[in-house]
Amino acid sequence: MKGATAEKDASMQKQKEMIANHFSELARVKETRKKVVYTFVPGNLTELINHFGMLPVLPEINALQSGMRGKSAEYISIAEKAGHSEDVCTYVKADIGMLRAGNIGPTGEPLPKPDLLLLSYTGCFTFLKWFELLREEYDCPVVMLHVPYQGDGEITQEMREYVSNQIRDVVIPEFERVSGVRYDHDRMKEQLKLSVRAEDDLVWVLNSARARPSPIDAWFGGVYYIGPMFTSFRGTQDAVDYYTMLREEVQDRLDQKLGPVTPDGPMREEKYRLVIEGPPNWTSFREFWRMFADEGAVIVASSYTKVGGLYDRGFRHNPDDPLGTMADYCMGCYTNLNFPQRTALLEGYINDFSADGFLINSVKSCNSFSAGQLLILRELEKRTGRPGGFIESDLVDPRYFSAANIKNRLESYFQMIEARRKGATS
Amino acid sequence: MSTALAETSEKLLALSRRAESLYDDLDLRAVTEWKSRGKNRRAIGFLPIYVPREIIHAAGALPVGLMGGADRVEIVRGDSYFQSYICHLPRSVIELAVGGRMDACDGFLFPSICDVIRNLSGMFKMLLPGKYVHYVDLPQNFDTALGGRFYISELKLMARDIGNLTGVEVTDDRLRASLAAYNENRVALRRLLHARRDRPWEVPTLDYYLLLRAGYMLPVEEHTAMVNEYVELAAQAGRPRMDNIRVAVRGAFCEQPPLGLLRTLERAGCYVVDDDFVLGSRFIEQDLDVHGDPWDALAQGFMHHSLPAASKYDQRRTKHADFVKRVRDYRADGVIFMAPSFCDPALLEQPMLQKALEDADIPFTAFKYSEDTGQFQVIREQAGTFADALKLWGNA
Ligand code: SF4
Ligand code: SF4
Repeated sequence: MKGATAEKDASMQKQKEMIANHFSELARVKETRKKVVYTFVPGNLTELINHFGMLPVLPEINALQSGMRGKSAEYISIAEKAGHSEDVCTYVKADIGMLRAGNIGPTGEPLPKPDLLLLSYTGCFTFLKWFELLREEYDCPVVMLHVPYQGDGEITQEMREYVSNQIRDVVIPEFERVSGVRYDHDRMKEQLKLSVRAEDDLVWVLNSARARPSPIDAWFGGVYYIGPMFTSFRGTQDAVDYYTMLREEVQDRLDQKLGPVTPDGPMREEKYRLVIEGPPNWTSFREFWRMFADEGAVIVASSYTKVGGLYDRGFRHNPDDPLGTMADYCMGCYTNLNFPQRTALLEGYINDFSADGFLINSVKSCNSFSAGQLLILRELEKRTGRPGGFIESDLVDPRYFSAANIKNRLESYFQMIEARRKGATS
Repeated sequence: MSTALAETSEKLLALSRRAESLYDDLDLRAVTEWKSRGKNRRAIGFLPIYVPREIIHAAGALPVGLMGGADRVEIVRGDSYFQSYICHLPRSVIELAVGGRMDACDGFLFPSICDVIRNLSGMFKMLLPGKYVHYVDLPQNFDTALGGRFYISELKLMARDIGNLTGVEVTDDRLRASLAAYNENRVALRRLLHARRDRPWEVPTLDYYLLLRAGYMLPVEEHTAMVNEYVELAAQAGRPRMDNIRVAVRGAFCEQPPLGLLRTLERAGCYVVDDDFVLGSRFIEQDLDVHGDPWDALAQGFMHHSLPAASKYDQRRTKHADFVKRVRDYRADGVIFMAPSFCDPALLEQPMLQKALEDADIPFTAFKYSEDTGQFQVIREQAGTFADALKLWGNA
């Protein structure tokens, strides 16, 4: 029987290698002449970019990595000195600051410039401004993929056609032109079959949190689990292998009735099961995680791990209809859902994962997530009768992470759950 | 003052008072009154910046622009829905909506301009379950066969939904008639804008602004008449010309500046000769074709003849050049960037526009406001210093 830590290391190790290879490929584009596409995470067209032998770069991932590496404060300050407002999304400023500071990636090497910016405009308006700003710095073409929002809570035939026609008539021709590679329908189908295999395993892993104790933390741990799927690897054998490995590891923890692995090793007693809405904070990620783990709080489901697709609610790429399925994928991401849908999804999680309550981590940067979240909070309390908590931080701006404040709020929140429990049993 | 002049001034004053009373009408009494004048009359509220009002008009409904509550609403409930780092407009909109002060509206349209308005559309769905609430996904792809086709499907969907509310089918002929009515309004507004551009002392900023806002409450035909009358009277009023500089304002397309701020700008020595206040009121710059397919005409109008805005993708990459050209065409001596606090679209757009001005050697200054800003001293000093500097060193 393998130990929990060793198991964690195996899939972690695999993911690390995948990322290292990707960055080393990026560092060698001058020799290999591979083309580089900058694009965004939600609704990304990773399979399509890979199809043309191009390499994706995701500026949000650069920004979050800058946050984790303690660089974002400096980058944000560079961007603000260059005239960017304090008020706007800090991902944009972290990226622009990083660019101004030499565009050094997480491996310490400069990132290559883009040959193309794919503005896949899913679930956030800031993306539009972000790439308008970036294209001022790079002399390269931009492709806009306008992805309609599920304003009325559905994907209509017109929306689907609009997106798939853009992919067919705008995105693919431009990819062909930039890469010099022709689109091959059959090869695309094979890629998508690999996507599906990995998607199945990711869903299995996410659903493992229904068990008591949950073998995973679906937010702090979840952000690692979604890494390959949401970034550059969906539709590759590497991603399939990673998720097979991860699934086996989680199965092993389930069998042993172990809780998730936290920054300080395996979690002891599972005291609180929570659903969380919103992205995490990256600048104090481990400290933040510890505030939960120390209290025996585990996140059993999160909306953030759905920004790159609602696989757990049934979506799978359909290899028989590559363009249609890409359109569905783009439109189905969490931030492209309307408020009633978001609320219903969270309500479903609270019930399905037997949560004791739910929390909102409201990040200053992100209007897409945050504007109006307090209504979701109220509505969920009303519908589920379970206590909701509210904390505020930011993604990558350390000025907006107040550890003492968050800790206080969490402590009161856990007390509230305890009080409810006592009330229920007395 | 001669009797004729006095009469003209009186009439102008009456017009601006009427416009101001509409601006102050946060309970939408004028809308309720309009509805009471006919059977089955419906009103459709819409948020900034742009929705195709022609569709609402063709369905026999009244389009009502909802621009927030400015400094005239005490926010009690609105703040409990939004964190401190969200702009102010959605707070006052929610305050008015949950307080029943938008009950005159039978439906609401939320154009796709930013994540705040987008999320607000879902909040309305949850908070006002009996009302028609629709998110208008304006295309960001400007190819007729792609964005155009999608947009026409959106237009037809809206026409069907609003037609269901009023019981009036939006036929091609009805829509053509509505395009014509709005074309007349566009002509009137162009006259007003050109009067501001050419003789800003004739049309004080406040009057101009209130006239734009009146168009968000009145039936279009009445508004057209009001604007035309104002422009004619203003040309005869003999208002004195001040030693002001000419400025263009950018950033104020959504959450609106309070009236006090507009007054302050003029008092600080600035004639606002170009601006993006109430931008949706004149978003489509040229008249739409009323002879061909009216759906096509509306779509073409948005895709190819609408004004630039931070919420619209600059596909042709002409943002910088267009802006500089516009500032020059309007003979502005400088630009004032005034954007609502926490407004991502405006504030992310600003550095790009500033760069364009720097490259073209056009001076600018920048500050932020909120619709409920109450203190203008700092702004007055900043705008005043800007005006003085331009008078001293610029070509003003
Ligand atoms: S606003 Fe939110 S979704 Fe958009 S770029 Fe910023 S963090 Fe990402
Ligand atoms: S002021 Fe800006 S951020 Fe706020 S609703 Fe308007 S466009 Fe959106």
